[in-house]
Amino acid sequence: MSLEHLRKLEAESIHIFREVAATCERPVILYSIGKDSAVLLHLAMKAFYPANPPFPLLHVDTTWKFREMIAFRDQRAKELGVDLIVHINQEGVRAGISPIVSGSRLHTDVMKTQGLKQALDLYKFDAAFGGARRDEEKSRAKERVFSLRSAEHRWDPKNQRPEPWRLYNTRKRPGESFRVFPLSNWTEADVWDYILQENIPVVPLYFAAPRPVVERDGALIMRDDERLPLLPGEEAQIRMVRFRTLGCYPLTGAVESTAATLPEIIAEMRASRSSERQGRMIDHDGSGSMEAKKQEGYF
Amino acid sequence: MHGALPATDRDSMLAPRAQSLLRFFTCGSVDDGKSTLIGRMLYDTNSIFEDQLEALERDSKKFGTQGANLDFALLLDGLSAEREQGITIDVAYRYFGSNKRAFIVADTPGHEQYTRNMATGASTAELAIILIDARKGILPQTRRHSFIVSMLGVRDIVLAVNKMDLVGFDEDVFNTIVEAYRELTAGLGFAHVVAIPLSARDGDNIAIHSQRTPWYRGPSLLAHLETVEPVSASAETVFAMPVQWVNRPDLDFRGYAGTIASGEIKRGDEIVALPGARRSKVARIIGPDGERAQAIAGEAVTLTLTDEIDVSRGDVLASTPHHLKPRRNMDARLLWMIDAPLAPGRDYIIQLATGTANARIAALHHQIDVESFLPRPTQMLTMNQIGLVSLACDKPLVMADYRKDRELGAFILIDRLTNHTAALGVIEPAVPTAAEFNIAPAVEPSFLARIATRMDASDIALSVALSSGVYVLTGNQWAAGAVLTTDVILRPLIAELRSRTRARVEGGLDDGNESGAGI
Repeated sequence: MSLEHLRKLEAESIHIFREVAATCERPVILYSIGKDSAVLLHLAMKAFYPANPPFPLLHVDTTWKFREMIAFRDQRAKELGVDLIVHINQEGVRAGISPIVSGSRLHTDVMKTQGLKQALDLYKFDAAFGGARRDEEKSRAKERVFSLRSAEHRWDPKNQRPEPWRLYNTRKRPGESFRVFPLSNWTEADVWDYILQENIPVVPLYFAAPRPVVERDGALIMRDDERLPLLPGEEAQIRMVRFRTLGCYPLTGAVESTAATLPEIIAEMRASRSSERQGRMIDHDGSGSMEAKKQEGYF
Repeated sequence: MHGALPATDRDSMLAPRAQSLLRFFTCGSVDDGKSTLIGRMLYDTNSIFEDQLEALERDSKKFGTQGANLDFALLLDGLSAEREQGITIDVAYRYFGSNKRAFIVADTPGHEQYTRNMATGASTAELAIILIDARKGILPQTRRHSFIVSMLGVRDIVLAVNKMDLVGFDEDVFNTIVEAYRELTAGLGFAHVVAIPLSARDGDNIAIHSQRTPWYRGPSLLAHLETVEPVSASAETVFAMPVQWVNRPDLDFRGYAGTIASGEIKRGDEIVALPGARRSKVARIIGPDGERAQAIAGEAVTLTLTDEIDVSRGDVLASTPHHLKPRRNMDARLLWMIDAPLAPGRDYIIQLATGTANARIAALHHQIDVESFLPRPTQMLTMNQIGLVSLACDKPLVMADYRKDRELGAFILIDRLTNHTAALGVIEPAVPTAAEFNIAPAVEPSFLARIATRMDASDIALSVALSSGVYVLTGNQWAAGAVLTTDVILRPLIAELRSRTRARVEGGLDDGNESGAGI
């Protein structure tokens, strides 16, 4: 008798959660509210049942997330009874950093990457779970499940520890920390199939609905609030759209879709000929850009 | 041939999800086309998205080595250094599937200096694709990789003879390589070697049978991967679960969480907590979906027991009776993975399943030449070398022979100062009893010389002499040889020979292994 595909992935992820709980001092789940985080949280609940996960959730809020994401975040944390830490890079806020005036690269660096480092240092977390998958991007495909970061949070892709079997070397020096990726071996399709199988709540933005969008540089940007200025002659149109990935709303492209249920989303994804990160503006700075961002501490 | 896909393959993207999962990896010499092969498999299963394909076209023009054609290797070589140098440095994992199966493939480097990454990819694989350039035939790397594949317990091999287009799809070239490979690996314990003539660049025999190899009657590569049932990596069937985490939310609940390494467990089963001898019964089994009556190998569960016994991380819960023996001393094969060489006498941290201990290198018996498969005397092991050592731990660990148990037979050594993962290791069988030795028949001396064993150079001569003696007695070398082409059977024989030698020479017993005496 052997386990089927999703059950194997589930067991592997639970194993990783427990390994961290047993060997690290102050773990935290980096919770980004999206579908991968939803699965991550669901698996953490299973790994330690009947106890709650012995670590909190951390959301690094760039202040530009969709409003529905924030509402969903607060509701989920309350329902599950888990600790939620929200960290905002106040230096960035004071400096007036925003995706509109600062551009996507600076905004992401200051509000997301620097914000994350601040929070990890502030709370002295030594292991941060992330929902990244190796199938997302080429440099992610090379990353370990336990990814060691220096005291300065840098990733050294050329000097990664070999990770044979599932024997994770969790030793580190003071100040060093791990990024841990329990979903490393999951694909986008696995994530959705699992959400369907387990009936995991996700942000409604993943489902198609009439939403106000403007078309810019070939992307459909939802006008989630008044902070997104309309360009001359531009006006928001109501279109039937949904999101494949969620991030800062001015940087996240919607796709036109009528898929309003999980089975419809899954059918649409299988038929799709473009990758989920296509809607992410921040990835499009050349093929090596994710690797460069990760070396500097981006998750 | 680009994009020449039958409609059925395109439809497979829309089919229901695969129910089974196959983990495999590719290895071979530099420039044999491993990354190209995986890129081609992704392409032929429609697993590359359009925006990724556009990026590939851009990158192919900038970095590509295939002229105007797509350079599929660029799909895989994700690190900037790899793209600049045009080589694979680190292991990359890729995910694709058909309507029959989901696949996780590790693309591993060919260069000798990255052997450790290749071994990492092999450690979790159920099947290995060994690539050979049809123009070059078997190379030193082919031998090295085949040896490591064998050492890490992979028993199903695809011999992918690539670049057949560059030898005019010549059947004789193919057959010569296949015969040489079978002879080379006869002693490595492979269960199946399936040879397929390929052109990864052009797609011949990848997804569909190529018309350019009418003489080839076997399956296409993807057809084989979809249907192969790999020899089970772990033959062990007795229940064992290394305890990962003790779950104690309140005074009323004390659960032992872990992933079941082997066998199955039912509510009410008697268990023993090793390395001690405390017994209890399973009260509750909590699986990922809640309470249940039983659980099987591979599942991550939490068990509660009917008695309050002291169990902590690193202990192993096992059913009774069981044959697991906590040991402080063992022989193991190591693949060294850091710059600082292994030196006998040094201490490292051993991590075996969830157990850890301090381990001293009590003896370095020999290095193994992974191209000739011969043992060689040595004073140290350097990065990417393999050797046989005796380890002495400061407390007993529950362990098993790696060939029978891939979970409790595998470990890593960690450098105490740098925290680097210094070596991966596999546990050798404990010295067998005389009864086990007596059933082992004779063996052709050259087999003994070719496989890597725990022998010292002086032992080889004696082993050969002894086995020749047995051959003279039985007179049936070929029958004996056929039985003995798996190292599973060979090794205990040689272990016994060695221990007899020592017993004779030193007038004492081999103390390399003990069974539970150190508790």
